[in-house]
Amino acid sequence: MTARRLGWAPYALLLPSLAFLALFFAVPMVRAFGLAFQDADGNWSLESWRTMFSDTEFREALVTTLLLIVIIIPVQFAIALAMALVVNARLKGAGFWLYIYAIPLGISELAAGIIWFAIFTQQGWLNSILEGLGILDRPFIFLNYQNRGWLIFTVVMAEAWRATSIIMIILVAGLQGIPRDYLEAADVFGATFFQKVRRVILPMLRPSVQVALILRTILAFQAFAVVLALTGRGMTVLASEAYRWYSDYRNPHVAAAYAGFILLLSVLSTLLFLWLLPTREEQFR
Amino acid sequence: MAEIRLQGVTKIFDRRVRAVDNVDLTIADQEFVVLLGPSGCGKTTLLRMVAGLEYPESGRIEIGGRDVTDLPPRKRDIAMVFQSYAVFPHLTVFDNIAFGLKMKKTPKAEIKRRVEEAAALVELSPFLERYPAQLSGGQRQRVAVARAIVMQPAVLLMDEPLSNLDALLRLNFRAELKRLVRELKTTTIYVTHDQVEALSLGDRIAVMREGRIVQVGTPTEVYDRPATEFVGGFIGNPPMNFLRGHLEREDGRAWVAIGEQRIPAPESLATKDGEVLVGIRAENIEALSEPAPDSIQTRVDVVEPLGSHLLVTASLGDQRVKVLARSDAPIQPDDQLWLRPEPGKLRWFDRETGEALGTRG
Repeated sequence: MTARRLGWAPYALLLPSLAFLALFFAVPMVRAFGLAFQDADGNWSLESWRTMFSDTEFREALVTTLLLIVIIIPVQFAIALAMALVVNARLKGAGFWLYIYAIPLGISELAAGIIWFAIFTQQGWLNSILEGLGILDRPFIFLNYQNRGWLIFTVVMAEAWRATSIIMIILVAGLQGIPRDYLEAADVFGATFFQKVRRVILPMLRPSVQVALILRTILAFQAFAVVLALTGRGMTVLASEAYRWYSDYRNPHVAAAYAGFILLLSVLSTLLFLWLLPTREEQFR
Repeated sequence: MAEIRLQGVTKIFDRRVRAVDNVDLTIADQEFVVLLGPSGCGKTTLLRMVAGLEYPESGRIEIGGRDVTDLPPRKRDIAMVFQSYAVFPHLTVFDNIAFGLKMKKTPKAEIKRRVEEAAALVELSPFLERYPAQLSGGQRQRVAVARAIVMQPAVLLMDEPLSNLDALLRLNFRAELKRLVRELKTTTIYVTHDQVEALSLGDRIAVMREGRIVQVGTPTEVYDRPATEFVGGFIGNPPMNFLRGHLEREDGRAWVAIGEQRIPAPESLATKDGEVLVGIRAENIEALSEPAPDSIQTRVDVVEPLGSHLLVTASLGDQRVKVLARSDAPIQPDDQLWLRPEPGKLRWFDRETGEALGTRG
């Protein structure tokens, strides 16, 4: 059907979602940037950005955010790929595992944080089990504010548990798009399982990997409920700072500057992934 | 030496469908065997079991005297050309052809030499740096062939490699493939549903139906002496004619009555109840405009000029016969036509089982 014959119909169909996006995303985003570049009296100024960059917590929040991303994303990808390959192997009961794997997707970020808090806290599940087994004499304090390593470890565990399935689902969809013949050709031409993953599956999965990486990284920049639930003020990330400046210091301008900074990092990371994993049209049909 | 020996190979899908049913087949070293049959006859499943992409429920598969029944594909010393080609879209032509050698960690220089050799054999040398999406269907097919032959495998497996090409390309590649395989002298199993392809390529043809091999023989044997009505009907264009007849003995000679008329039959022809199916190929019938001894009278229904011949459909009571006549024969619809089968070209089948009836002499 030609565009001419469709007339205005496609635009009319797009209109509701465009209106929704404009009203609830575009307008708030522009207003937020407006806030970030204004001082308390409503004059244009870079004051909020200066405050943010010179804030004592800023450096730590940025480093922690990046550190979490650098640790969590590779771990999650390795686990998600393994899970996706299991699901896609179509063994008996693979469908069942897909449902089990997907359960964390239905749990809110904060609830997930609280679940893992219940595991790692002083009288939590983990300590009870370790004591019960006689491995520990007394509770080990995982959530010790003096010990950043353990704090990061617990956040990584909680985030991996909570958000690995979303990557897995994107990868499963991608795997199912790879015609079986390619995998069989790899088998026939002598590829071992790992050679097949490296030489055939991953390259052909590249568009899905790219989508998953972008999505996951953007979500990781925004993450803060899990951090808050597990560590309280023991650890800070960029999103926690935005929240703190807004709710504790009642300064929407600096909070907006943090939000704008997070958006900037998200856009940069997206561009980075698009550049690192180019999907060349002529390679795929 | 890479003889392939299949013994009692059976594949069952979903616990009840016998896709391949107790197949025995021995393929000699350097032999080119075509598995031929209609879709769903189990020919591809049988090929995939030789490749190791499916495992049989029972039976034994040997390649070059080695039992490979339970080995994965990569330990069988085989290479395969897939129906869809399965040429990797993310690799260049060079890397596609080199794929198997790289998996085996062949030295770089040797890979380069062998890939270039294989590419030259299938006339792909100018395209080594291209991606598959930049190639035509025929070129992609040749990448798939080059990727297989570069391995110098003990056994080459081909699953309908020509079926995705248009008619003219298919004709060209058929001849090219035949030359290539003859030069390589690799034991080859080739799967197709196209009887012309089977006749033109195979040293021997194994005709399959419903998971079983119905007949194995040279193209001439399978064409001239089909073991069953099915084989005669499946191979040849037009398919073999089959006429219902009844065996009679009179004046000390055997005859087969077809409707009101009769043709002579071999003395030794024997059936349970006299019911018989007479098989004759269209090109083995002489079409005459006047009565002649041992001919049967028919009426012309349709005349189709095919260029080299006329394809005449004639009726004999409620039965139809297809005859090839000279293209200049003055045959018109509704003409009377006398058909005389070439002696020695008649085949006799059991009406019930469809199996060829033995005759002596």
